[in-house]
Amino acid sequence: MIFVLLVYYGLHQDFWNWTSARPLVFGFLPAGLAYHAAYTIGASALMALLVRRAWPAKLEAWADEEAD
Amino acid sequence: MTATIFVFAYLAIALYIGIFAFRRSRGQAEDYFLAGRSIGPWVFVLSLFGTHMTAFAILGSSGHAFNFGIVTFGLMASSSALIVPLCLFFLGTRLWAVGKKFGHITPVQIFRDRWECGHIGTVIFFLQAALLVPYIIIGVMGGGTTLAVISGGAIPFWAGGLLVAVVVMSYVFFGGMRGTAWVNTFQTVLFLSFGLVAVLIISNGMGGFANVAERLLADPRTSPLLSREKFSPLAFLSYTFNPLSAIAFPHIAIFCMTAKHMRQFKKTVIFYPLCILLIWLPCVCLGAFANQATEVPAIAAKLAEKATTMRPVVADDVMLRLLAHYAPEWLAGLLGAGIMAAVMASDSQILALSTMFTEDVFAFYGAREKFGEKAQVATGRLFIVIVTAFAYFTALNAKASIFDLAVQFSFAGFSAMLPLYIAALFWKGSTKWGALAATLWTSCCTIALFFTPRGFTIAGLSPVVPMTIGAALLIWLVSIATPKPSQQTVDRYFSV
Repeated sequence: MIFVLLVYYGLHQDFWNWTSARPLVFGFLPAGLAYHAAYTIGASALMALLVRRAWPAKLEAWADEEAD
Repeated sequence: MTATIFVFAYLAIALYIGIFAFRRSRGQAEDYFLAGRSIGPWVFVLSLFGTHMTAFAILGSSGHAFNFGIVTFGLMASSSALIVPLCLFFLGTRLWAVGKKFGHITPVQIFRDRWECGHIGTVIFFLQAALLVPYIIIGVMGGGTTLAVISGGAIPFWAGGLLVAVVVMSYVFFGGMRGTAWVNTFQTVLFLSFGLVAVLIISNGMGGFANVAERLLADPRTSPLLSREKFSPLAFLSYTFNPLSAIAFPHIAIFCMTAKHMRQFKKTVIFYPLCILLIWLPCVCLGAFANQATEVPAIAAKLAEKATTMRPVVADDVMLRLLAHYAPEWLAGLLGAGIMAAVMASDSQILALSTMFTEDVFAFYGAREKFGEKAQVATGRLFIVIVTAFAYFTALNAKASIFDLAVQFSFAGFSAMLPLYIAALFWKGSTKWGALAATLWTSCCTIALFFTPRGFTIAGLSPVVPMTIGAALLIWLVSIATPKPSQQTVDRYFSV
C-alpha cells in the first residue's frame, strides 16, 4: 500500500499536461484541470482501498479498553 | 435587497442552531469543548470538512484562479485530496485513540503527557495560537467581503465583518463544540447543494463555458491561465507540503477527538476527496473564466488594473461579483448564503483557541482546581469574545489577499508542526527537547516570513518545504542527543 501511495503522490506532478490546455474535456475543462479533477476521484478510490486493506482495528480496541 | 434578506436569514438560522445546542449542554468542560465525544458519523464527515474548508477554499481559491488560472486546483485541491485523508487515516485515528484512552482534549495535553513536559507545552500552545489567528482573520474578511458584494455595497466591509464576527462568536459562545459541529454540517450541506447551481447559472450568463474557454485560449494574454506554463514544476511540487498542515491545525486535531467511534473516520477519508472536488472545481473554474467577464464592471476594473500593473490583483470577490451580475436576485441570495456558510468556518478555529487556552493554560496552571469547571467554561467563553474582537480589528486593516494570508503563515507554520505530531504518536525515541527545537525553529521561520516579499522562494521551493524538513531534522537530531521520557510513559503510549 505504501508503494501504491507513493506512486499516486508522484502522479500529482503531471508534467505532460504542463504547457497545453487542449484537449478541452467536455468542451471547456482544460486538460490539466480535468486530469486533477480525475486525480481527486482516484484519491477517493485509493482511500476506500486503504480503509479496506489497512484499517487499524486494534487501535480502536486499545482505546476502548479501560481508560488509564 | 432580496439577496441580503436571504443571507440574514441564514445568519439567523446559524445563530438559532448554536442556541439550540446550548440547551443540550451539560455545563461540563468535555461536553462544551468536545461535545462529550459524541459526534455521530455523518455530522463528523460533513462538519470536519466544513471546518477545514473556509473562506480560503471559496473566495481565496477563485481569487487566486483569477490571477493565476487553473494551476490553483492542482496547487491546493488535488494535493489536499490525497494528503488530508492520509493524515486523517494515519494521525487522526491515533489522536482519537490517545485522546479517548487518556482523556486528552487538546494536542498540547498529548504532548505534555507523552514527553513529560510542562512549560514546553506552553511554548507549543503560544505558537499554535499565533498561527491560528490569521485563519480567523480570513473568516472575518470573507464575511465582510461577501455581505458587501451581496448587498451591492449597502453594507460596508466593516459592518459585514462585524455582523459575521458577532454571529459566529455568539453560536460558538453558546453552543460550544456541539453547536459548532451542527452549524458546520448545515453550512457544508448548503454550499455543496448550491455550488453546482452557481456554476450553471454563471456559465449560462457568460454564453457557455465552452465559448469562454475558447475566447481565453484565443487571447495570448489569457491563454496561459488554462495551462501551467507560467508556473514552475518545483514550486508546484512544493505546494504539496501545504496540506500537511491539515491535521496539525488545532481545530482539526481537536475535532478528531470528538468522534464517538473511530470507524467514523472511514467515511471521512473516503468522501473527503469528493467533497474537495465539489467545492474547489467550481470555484477555480469560475475564477479563471472570470477573466472573460468584462461586462461585470467590478471585474472589468480588476482586469484593467492587472493589465496595467502586470501584477496580481486582490480578487477575493470575483465569484460574488459573477453571482451578483448573472444570477437573479433571489437566487444570488440563496447562493450568497451558501458562500457565507463556507466563509464562516472560522467558528471552529475560535472554539479551538478557547479550548486550548482554558485547557493548556487555565487548567494546567491550577485555575480549574481553584475556581472549578464552570469557571473554566466561563473563561473559555470570555476568551472567545477577546479573540473575535482581535480578529475583527485586525481584518479591518489586512492588506494581503485571503489566499496569501493563509498560505504564507497558517499553512507553512502548521505544516512545519506536523513532525511534532508524528514524533509524539509514532516514535518512541522522541523527546521534549526535540519538540522544543522544532517549535522554536518554526517560530523563527514564521517571524522571518513576515518580512519576506510575496511569492518568496528558496531555491525555487516555497518556504513550507525547508520549514517542514528543518523541523523534522531538528526533532530527530535533538531527540537522539537528549534524555528520553520514562519507560512507563513510552509503554503507555505504545502498548497497542
